[in-house]
Amino acid sequence: MNWITRLIERPSTMLGGSKQDMPEGLWIKCPDCCEAVYNKEMQRSLMVCPKCGHHHRISAAQRAEFLFDANTFEQLDTDLRSQDPLDFRDKKKYRDRIKDASKKVGDEDSVRNYLGDIGGQTVSASIFEFGFMGGSMGAVAGEKIVLGMERALERRCPYLLVTASGGARMQEGVLSLMQMAKTSAVAKRLKDARIPFICLLTHPTMGGVSASIAWLGDIILAEPGALIGFAGPRVIKETVNQELPEGFQRAEFLLQHGLIDDIVDRRELRDGLKNLFGQLLQRIYRQAEG
Amino acid sequence: MPRSYLDFERPIAELTSKIEELSSMGEDAGVNIAEEVEKLRTKRDKLIKQIYAKVDRWQMTQLARHPDRPYFLDYVPLMFDGFQELHGDRAFGDDGAIVGGMAYFREHAVMLVGHQKGRDTKEKIRRNFGMARPEGYRKALRLFQLAERFEMPVMTFIDTAGAWPGVDAEERGQSEAIARNLMELSAIRVPVICTVIGEGGSGGALAIGVGDRLYMQEFTTYSVISPEGCAAILWHDREYAEQAAEALKPTAKDLKDLNLIDGIIPEPMGGAHGDVEKTAELMGDVLEQALSGLLATPLPDLLEQRQKRLRQLGLFSSAG
Repeated sequence: MNWITRLIERPSTMLGGSKQDMPEGLWIKCPDCCEAVYNKEMQRSLMVCPKCGHHHRISAAQRAEFLFDANTFEQLDTDLRSQDPLDFRDKKKYRDRIKDASKKVGDEDSVRNYLGDIGGQTVSASIFEFGFMGGSMGAVAGEKIVLGMERALERRCPYLLVTASGGARMQEGVLSLMQMAKTSAVAKRLKDARIPFICLLTHPTMGGVSASIAWLGDIILAEPGALIGFAGPRVIKETVNQELPEGFQRAEFLLQHGLIDDIVDRRELRDGLKNLFGQLLQRIYRQAEG
Repeated sequence: MPRSYLDFERPIAELTSKIEELSSMGEDAGVNIAEEVEKLRTKRDKLIKQIYAKVDRWQMTQLARHPDRPYFLDYVPLMFDGFQELHGDRAFGDDGAIVGGMAYFREHAVMLVGHQKGRDTKEKIRRNFGMARPEGYRKALRLFQLAERFEMPVMTFIDTAGAWPGVDAEERGQSEAIARNLMELSAIRVPVICTVIGEGGSGGALAIGVGDRLYMQEFTTYSVISPEGCAAILWHDREYAEQAAEALKPTAKDLKDLNLIDGIIPEPMGGAHGDVEKTAELMGDVLEQALSGLLATPLPDLLEQRQKRLRQLGLFSSAG
């Protein structure tokens, strides 16, 4: 089954989608090429502009719809809630920021966990929701990523991480920073257990998420045009006081500098992943059968 | 070199110069100067105690960055013997912001890795103010793995504003370099003891900060982002750094309260910059005790405890 047939089968979820980042109206103007695109056509091409290939941001829920085989996936680990260990407040209380983000996005934090099939292969997946406080990683996101990895370890199935994050969540202080160490430690267990771990870096993947779990997959893929890096471009510009190179920190730039394995068009992602999982697991399947 | 004083240390500076003035007048002044100087010294000690007893989080941030604060290489000759520096990542270059090498620590052969900020302008530039590039973290990893092969415990000393935010660092994979260190340190087969000796600046600190024990010296900070950076993002104004420092809770005591560190290493009265020898001794004693404990732990237990320790990091609730 390909994405077209899935679309026909489940038009409600595809077309209804989630509220944020989903332009309303019959026509959408692509911000990149400025062409007007028929809304339904845009959604049929997984929110990739059919004219110029610009990858529009999508929610974690949409991502799951686009990735998994129909009726094979469920969301898990939804019971974790962020505490406010520092009793943090800036102009606004951290507790209120969480409440507002939950109301806006409908999620309880910045990562969704799933178990489902991709091309017939069961996969444990964690998907960042950028709409929730910029996809920032605090204790809940860190724990969910770990739970996703541990599920892959238990079931001996691949683990897929889709990132979209501004970095560690400042409002949880050093506890957020330590999520980098926590997730990286469990990634080591995946490596040792030879569990395939694929990272898909989407726009944007920065800071503490970039400098930890995002870079620890066996294979690292990125969406076209995604901004990926440790320090943000504005910080770098202020620090070095010079113009940044053309396309700096974009997926294409990273590919050119040998930092990622490949760039994958969203419309080809499912087939691409199915292929990769098959190749990575072939020998291990044979051993299991033999 | 004359000492530098932070704003809140001003009263100490004033008393100190008065003491120096009086002492330099010598015996020929006729009055009983020795007695007067002694009085002033007592007064100064009291003042130092008072001021340091109530430093707030922003002052603590400044103390952690104090220009006179001892750096990693100031401690090396005081705490270790036979230090042999080992340079380079074998791939791109030698990053002066991270120094590494082997030494004896009270009879134990150990691997040392630490940030180095640089004292004078020339050295600061050579060491990039202690902000490491990917080759720095990769050198550190090379030394961690060397230590693992020869069963040498690793001791790291953290003192950085953060990883270098530069075009070159991004081009060579700053994120990847930090991420790899976090992963490899989580399972390296020798004891690892990490100590914050100044600024613990975010991912750049953590990249040599994952281990079996984490200590902080008394007047140091460890934070997910600098107060200035946090203020710029959340208050849209760097001037709010003081408020950001309060909100981020980055002091040794804060981290101890959150159960994120194993202990606070005391500093002499007036901070490490007042008495480097004493500071080194106090730190050495704590680290020696930690090391003996870890060396007495069977390796499988050590590794399991480290994994557990990392696994349980974080506070959240379960809605059920």
